[in-house]
Amino acid sequence: MSSVSGLMRATLAKDLRLELRSKDAINSMLFFSLLVVVIFSFSFDPTAEESRRIAGGLVWVAFLFAAVVALNQTWAREMRNQVLDAYRVSPAPTNALFLAKVVGNFIFVTVLQALMTPLFIVFYNLRALGPGYQLPIVAALGTWALVVNGTFFAAMSLRTRSREIMLPLLLFPISIPALLAMVEATGAILTGEFSAKFWIVLLAAYDVVFTIASLFLFGFVLQAE
Amino acid sequence: MPAAVIVTDLVKQFGRFAALRGVTAEFAPSRLYAILGDNGAGKTTLLRALAGLTPPTRGSISMLGTTDLRSVCGQLGYMAHPSLLYDEMSGMENLGYFARLYDVSNKDQRCAEVIGAVKLDPSLTRPVGQYSQGMRQRMSLARALLNDPKILLLDEPFSNVDLRSAREMVSLLTGLRDAGKTIFVVTHQAPLLEGAADEFVWMEAGQIISRTSDLAARLETP
Amino acid sequence: MKRVFPILAVLTAALLSYALYQALVVAPTEQTMGDVQRIFYYHVPSAWTAFILFSINFVASVAYLIRRSNNADIVALVTAEVGVVFCTVVLVTGPIWARPVWGIWWTWDLRLTLTLVLWLIYVSYLVLRRFSSSGQTPLLAAVLAIFGALDVPLVYFSIWFFRTQHPQPVIGGGGSIDPRMLHVLLINWLAFSCFAALVCWSRYRLEVLRREVDETLALEALLEPRGSQTRTSQTWRAG
Repeated sequence: MSSVSGLMRATLAKDLRLELRSKDAINSMLFFSLLVVVIFSFSFDPTAEESRRIAGGLVWVAFLFAAVVALNQTWAREMRNQVLDAYRVSPAPTNALFLAKVVGNFIFVTVLQALMTPLFIVFYNLRALGPGYQLPIVAALGTWALVVNGTFFAAMSLRTRSREIMLPLLLFPISIPALLAMVEATGAILTGEFSAKFWIVLLAAYDVVFTIASLFLFGFVLQAE
Repeated sequence: MPAAVIVTDLVKQFGRFAALRGVTAEFAPSRLYAILGDNGAGKTTLLRALAGLTPPTRGSISMLGTTDLRSVCGQLGYMAHPSLLYDEMSGMENLGYFARLYDVSNKDQRCAEVIGAVKLDPSLTRPVGQYSQGMRQRMSLARALLNDPKILLLDEPFSNVDLRSAREMVSLLTGLRDAGKTIFVVTHQAPLLEGAADEFVWMEAGQIISRTSDLAARLETP
Repeated sequence: MKRVFPILAVLTAALLSYALYQALVVAPTEQTMGDVQRIFYYHVPSAWTAFILFSINFVASVAYLIRRSNNADIVALVTAEVGVVFCTVVLVTGPIWARPVWGIWWTWDLRLTLTLVLWLIYVSYLVLRRFSSSGQTPLLAAVLAIFGALDVPLVYFSIWFFRTQHPQPVIGGGGSIDPRMLHVLLINWLAFSCFAALVCWSRYRLEVLRREVDETLALEALLEPRGSQTRTSQTWRAG
């Protein structure tokens, strides 16, 4: 187990270093999300009261689109010079690679959220009427839900034609319960009209189920030719 | 001495195209094999199958006495046509990461050692993406040597490498062979290996058509 | 074997016509909804059939991952295809029924939404099968099917809770059903199941044949004289 976590840290460090040098994912992701925020604020110009109700949906749809950009980049990095083959011929455990990718994506998307949230607050004049401390919990659980399946399906779409299009086609249907939970929980906290507890529990359950499933099945996907 | 690699009736098909059409062969340990043939003869597919990257459609591969390739992959070195290196990182950074995959002990020392073996400078901080093709090729070979493998699978190691460096690589390989490694080299530059390779294996249309210890013997009889 | 299929086909056709007659003529007219309620005899049996097909798909996918059997993969493919068709019937008949009865085309009703999400998941399953490069299709598809199955309870609970927060029109499902209606419903379900089984079976045979043809062609390519293959192999490499 220590070798898995050690290898995971090494892979994560390698990915972060590559990202800092090339800045492929983070730049496109940032600009893309900025565009989404601006376009959304043109398209929906509600009063502050109304906006509180729909903000949960807007925020998460923007994050979802931005996450897809990042997720497509993760494996693209491993496909250049076919470096993934070097991993596949080595005795290294496949789960270390998967977990490193998930954690890496989690970090990217979280950084992005930290930068985008102020923009949303400014454009929509948001303020939580419910228990605000729950928002980071929802964000963390929701982001994990997106990236754990997203990383898995991005690896899966490597083995298909037109892989960049395949990722959302696979990811979105499976993510519907998680998206519903994120949107509803965020809405509940912002409006303060009802409790977000159930949605947080649901998100946690979703994370546990799909993290375990991914760890079990990732080996199949990676070793598929 | 038992064979290092045994392949039995190996068939690999991509849809309706047969890349390997029943390859059966035994390869003894501590030998340097040159695998020759035209484009599309199945050389690369054979190498990828041996590396465990391409599961065969039919047939079996036994390596170091086992058919469970996953269990011996730590004793394999594989060099592909693409470099299998991260362009944005330096040679040492690249090898440092790959050494982790093989759980190499004394990793910095070992990385410097293999980089030295391919006549590159371990202190070079330039990212691999800015190397010349030949340097990248040699770094790629260094990567394959990292885990001190018993079996080396090299796909076109000499392409785009200047003659002097290629000769150096050949002498490195013969040294490794003499130290007990089994080496497979897929190449178009057969003359480079004349006198160095123990056997020349000729492939055509997915099959092994002849094996000679003398390069000239085969060249004269088409 | 050759005789069995036409016989079963005729029997199924007879059963379907009988079920249609039952649904349109014999079943009593619902008091409040009127004749539009009769679409219910298609809506509900289609939904049940689709759910059964998707369950078979899940079992076959797990079987494929464990045993790597070609037949399990074909069963998974066939049940997903036919399941999507029946699921589509559910999604089309649902709004047709809802509009006159509830005054709206669509509502985020638990069952309707679950069906919609299932439909989306299985369409993405078929898209994956279509787009993945040949050798690994069964494997990837089986993995996705397992993800989809794990998703179902989560979808169920999320919609269930969503509905408790957002009041929706109440659907007349809770009340007791006329035994004659139940009778007609069950006959229709039987007929639909037979029909689905028949389509699956013929699709299964077709897929087996298609794979046999592919294998034969691949085998022929294997046995062709060497010279004739080198050229194709080179063009393949170049491409």
